This record gives sequence, C-alpha cells and structure tokens, in this order.
Amino acid sequence: MAGRDENALRSHLGRARGLGSAHEGLHHWWAQRLTALALIPLSLWFVASVVCMAGADYAAVSQWLSQPFTVGALSLTILAVFYHAVLGLQVVIEDYIHGKALKLVLLVGLQFAGFGLAAAAIVSLLVIAFAG
Amino acid sequence: MIAGENLRGPAAQAIRTGNIMAESQSSGARRHSRPLSPHLQVYKPQLTSITSILHRFSGIALGLGLLYLVCWLVAAAQGMAAFDALQDFNGSVIGRLLLFGWSVAFFYHLLNGIRHLAWDAGFGFELPAAYRSGYAVLIGTGLLTIAAWVYAYFQMGVL
Ligand code: HEM
Repeated sequence: MAGRDENALRSHLGRARGLGSAHEGLHHWWAQRLTALALIPLSLWFVASVVCMAGADYAAVSQWLSQPFTVGALSLTILAVFYHAVLGLQVVIEDYIHGKALKLVLLVGLQFAGFGLAAAAIVSLLVIAFAG
Repeated sequence: MIAGENLRGPAAQAIRTGNIMAESQSSGARRHSRPLSPHLQVYKPQLTSITSILHRFSGIALGLGLLYLVCWLVAAAQGMAAFDALQDFNGSVIGRLLLFGWSVAFFYHLLNGIRHLAWDAGFGFELPAAYRSGYAVLIGTGLLTIAAWVYAYFQMGVL
C-alpha cells in the first residue's frame, strides 16, 4: 500500500488514528466455523429427535432427556450453540449499534446472557437426569 | 497493492480510475478510488445478497429460539405441571406459528451455513455455482420444513 494513498483501503483518518486490528479476528472467525461444523450433526440430531417426539407426554420426554446419550449429546449441543450464537450476535451488534455506551452494554449483556442461559440449560438437564 | 488490480471489467476499471466517487466528489478537491460498500437503497436485490441477509435474520431468530429452548428445559426440570403448561402453549396457534417460524429459520440457516463453510473451504464461490447453491438452499429449506411438519403431524396421529 505504501505510496498509493489514493487507492489505499484505509481512510486517512483511520491511518492518522493508528488504530489497527486487535488481532482477535482470526480466533473469532475460526471459532464461528468450528462451532458451525459441530452444529451440523448436533443440531440435526436434536431437531430430528424433537420432531420424532411430537405429541409425546412428560413421562416420555423426561425419559428421553435422562438417557446418558441424550445428556452428553445435548450438553455438547448447548455448549456449541451458545458459543456460536454469542459470536454471531456479537458481530450483529458491532455492525448496527454505533453508540459507544449502548454497544458496550449490549455486548456485556450478550456475554452474560449466553453463559447464564447455557448454565440454566445444562443444570436443568442434570436435574432431569439425576433428580427427576 | 492497488485496489482492484486483479479484477476485470467496467467495475474494476472504475475502481482503478477512481470513477466510482467521481460524481459525488467532483465538487471536492480530492478523488478517492477506494471501493465502496453497496448503497442499499440503490442496490438491486439479487439471490446472492438476499440469501446473505436471510442468513443473518435466521441467525437472530434462532438466537431468540434459544431463549425458548431454555424455557422448555427449565420447565421439564421443574416437573409435569410446568412442562404441560408449556406443551399446551406449543399446541396453540401462536405456539405453532412460532415453532413453524423457527423450523424454517433452522433449516435455512443450517443449509446456508453449510454453503458458507463450503465457500470458506474454497468451493463453489464462482457466480454460477453460488446461484445454483443458493436455489438449492431455498428449495431444500422448503422440502425439509414440509417433511418435518408432515412427520410430526403423522406422529401425533393427525395425518
Ligand atoms: C441453531 C442455532 C444457531 C444459531 C442461534 C445461530 C446463530 C448465528 C448467528 C447470529 C450468526 C451471525 C450472522 C451474521 O453475522 O450475519 C451465525 C453465523 C453463522 N452460522 Fe449460525 N446459528 C445456528 C446454527 C448454525 C448451524 C447448524 C450452522 C451449520 C452449518 C451454522 C453456520 C453458520 C455460519 C457458517 C455462520 C457464519 C456466516 C458468515 O460468515 O456470515 N449456524 N449463526
């Protein structure tokens, strides 16, 4: 880019401010793809299972939810899907919310909600399996 | 590196010569020749741009769906009364509409996500291939959604 100011992709202002990459982008990108890949079998398995249980009563559903395979696979699904969704929604917030304070509040809220909801889901799963 | 130096055609020519900004900048002193993002009010919708924004919309919708999934698991952990109340809501018109919407969003996002991963791995990014896979995703979404609901209603003995 040196010497070709007019054609450079970075604006003059961006250049003067000297703010570059925080070098987190690659990890974010990679984690988004990795969780997406894991979610192909995991999410298909979960949705297919739920479709097959359409109309099932409490006894049947809680019986399914307490099988060891279900507990393991659904835990993995929950971890992967919340990681994936938080990464994805983070980009959506960064793209559309421009106020500094609001953006920070939303990004922090997203992280807390992601971890909190994932914990609620997994604890529920364990309660059904071991205390139900 | 010159922006657009490895592109061909009139658009690339415009990028190289700076004509993209020529109109809006003609009164100003400087001409920039950086490539611009599409200006959405004048950008013609195309299959590629529509499938792209639908991926975002379906991702956001599924994010809301996760809230519902957690409610479902928490209700199941709480016992039969809470679980049955949620299942009753699932069976209502609003409940079914929500579930239908989430099923469409899920199948779309899954199939288009696979399309994204193929692109990331270097496959199918040529324009004709991108159009073909775009139509395949839309048709596949319709087929999987119909199959899931037909099977679910069959399972419940309604069909
Ligand atoms: C079911 C729960 C899921 C949720 C809540 C979810 C959510 C999201 C969100 C919010 C985004 C960001 C969209 C954007 O930036 O425009 C995203 C991106 C993505 N999702 Fe998902 N997703 C889910 C499942 C899947 C599955 C099963 C796949 C399988 C392939 C997948 C593949 C992808 C890919 C590849 C991207 C990145 C697309 C890009 O580069 O813009 N997702 N997801």
